[in-house]
Amino acid sequence: MEEISALFQGFAVALTPFNLLLMFVGVTLGVIIGVLPGLGGANGIAILLPLTFTMPPTSAIIMLSCIYWGALFGGAITSILFNIPGEPWSVATTFDGYPMAREGKAGQALTAAFTSSFVGAFFAIVMITFLAPLIAKFALEFGPPEFFSVYLLTFCSFVGMSKGSPFKTIASMMLGFALATVGMDTVTGQLRLTYGSQELMRGFDFLIAVIGLFGIGEILDSMEEGLQFKGAAAKIRRQVVLETWATLPKYWATSLRSCLIGCWMGITPGGATPASFMAYGVAKRVSKNGDKFGKGEIEGVIAPETAAHAAGTAALLPMLSLGIPGSPTAAVLLGGLLIWGLQPGPLLFVEQSDFVWGLIASMYLGNIAGLIVVLTCVPVFASILRIPFSIIAPVILVVCAVGAYTVGNASFDVWLMLIFGVVGYVFKKLDYPMAPMVLALVLGDRAEDSFRQSMLMSGGGLDIFFSNYLVGGISGLALLLLVWPLISKVIGKKKVAAA
Amino acid sequence: MSENSNNNSHESLVSVRTMDMITAALFIVLGAIFMYGSIKLGNGWGSDGPEAGYFPFYISLIMSAASAVTLYKAYADKSEEEESFVDKGPFKQVLSVLLPAAVFVLGMQLIGIYVSAFIYIAVFMRWLGKYALWKSIVVGLGVSVALFMVFEIWFQVPLPHGALFNPLAIVGVQ
Repeated sequence: MEEISALFQGFAVALTPFNLLLMFVGVTLGVIIGVLPGLGGANGIAILLPLTFTMPPTSAIIMLSCIYWGALFGGAITSILFNIPGEPWSVATTFDGYPMAREGKAGQALTAAFTSSFVGAFFAIVMITFLAPLIAKFALEFGPPEFFSVYLLTFCSFVGMSKGSPFKTIASMMLGFALATVGMDTVTGQLRLTYGSQELMRGFDFLIAVIGLFGIGEILDSMEEGLQFKGAAAKIRRQVVLETWATLPKYWATSLRSCLIGCWMGITPGGATPASFMAYGVAKRVSKNGDKFGKGEIEGVIAPETAAHAAGTAALLPMLSLGIPGSPTAAVLLGGLLIWGLQPGPLLFVEQSDFVWGLIASMYLGNIAGLIVVLTCVPVFASILRIPFSIIAPVILVVCAVGAYTVGNASFDVWLMLIFGVVGYVFKKLDYPMAPMVLALVLGDRAEDSFRQSMLMSGGGLDIFFSNYLVGGISGLALLLLVWPLISKVIGKKKVAAA
Repeated sequence: MSENSNNNSHESLVSVRTMDMITAALFIVLGAIFMYGSIKLGNGWGSDGPEAGYFPFYISLIMSAASAVTLYKAYADKSEEEESFVDKGPFKQVLSVLLPAAVFVLGMQLIGIYVSAFIYIAVFMRWLGKYALWKSIVVGLGVSVALFMVFEIWFQVPLPHGALFNPLAIVGVQ
């Protein structure tokens, strides 16, 4: 029970008045970010990252991770009240949340959403508490081939789990890798693919890509839809909260299933969005009231919210234990670690145990803070959406530009942000997934390093990735996931033929 | 909201299929440029292991190959021709955000962020939102002043003051 004592030590780190204040500030900012179109967890944290440079790392990550929890909570508010998913992972929440709100049961829907978000996150945090140290200890033995095979698994699972075209996923991912190679080569010190441009020598910072793709792209997309917000009234009375809580235990099976789906999709970088859809789909198939889904069934709110929050939280597990983020937001947090001078990877648990356990403890506290903030302040947050888009759009654009500039104090980056914005807009409309591109941009250098080191070890033979059971098992699983779209197609055809 | 009033042109500007093909073609061109650069760096096996262009070369090759499949699929699938990528009206809306944004970024470089943010927000609200002049000015000024307080004073992160001309110099801020 080493973990328990480490966790209590973490609580001691996290429970200072300053950190508690940062938690509430972070959660509140996060909900606002989650509610506003154009700002989400990933780019919101990317924009605020430069403001934390002067803070102690533990306080900084507590605030930034709380922004993330807040954004996860915030997505549900707009989905249920306005039928507008503030975040992609809350699209599935609109299916039953909005009909409930129209029947005048907005309070129940919101309470159910927030509570199940909390349950999902809590489940994932408990898992992180006990699993992350084990994985980190295990990974201390990893050499370059093992690390490369884990990277391979990460990226192949994007291909295997994406709903859209695997070729588009691959193209988007490879673009991320290619952009990551621009600039100084870490092994030979040569300048690569800069084509004589001085601006390109610094390479592409993934924070710029995140702000452009998710921020500007989203604004362009919302603009096209000509936003008009017509929302249901938002108010949660204590009576409604207590009544809804009394009904929730009935749905324990749905919750547990969604927790498991969420954790699985979060660790393998499927992400919160597919997790929420999958949980909704499974709940619809299994539930007695499956045919009522889509017309305002509370279970249809519980399932996606639990899974999305579990996945969003579980995405931090590989980031903490292996230094490999499971989602774009986790990637931004990882970028923060580097900026604060911490080396992500399995050694983090050994060398920075105060930091890691402080963060894990703050996850428990931050989610409690989040639940309190959203349950009490829903009307305030809902009123943000009533601010017309012609005010919000330019202000968010200015904020994004400031964020992009402060990453590297370069005006060129702000232009890049606009270009990434257009790319994000086109990608979104053509179903090119953006998460693989962002993760490839973040991990590109390290994946390449481990690949080249492995190649040096083996003298150029790819057999090193199958040289023992561990590395062979991971590589094999990765390849299986890579060809999974093909396999499932064949199985699907056989089923059709048999029927 | 006035933003919706000029949305009546539902004519399709470009189909999903065309856009799919253009994007895939751009991927292939970009891949070719990267491959060319990698070959110049050396994409083979040097005396001390893989050369600097080895990894980027194969990455770009995979990117181009995957996009070639996407291009072919879009070409073969005529059904997407019916589907509109963007209609003329909404495209105008998108441009009405994008073009002023580009002007704002240029202004940020030349005359600094504070004055250009003020002008950008005020003009955007007045022009697209049809707000009263005083409201537009108050919001624009408010955001600019808030930015100045947060970045220059509290967090001491300097933002661009203008490469060509620093308007803040008039009030004594360098």
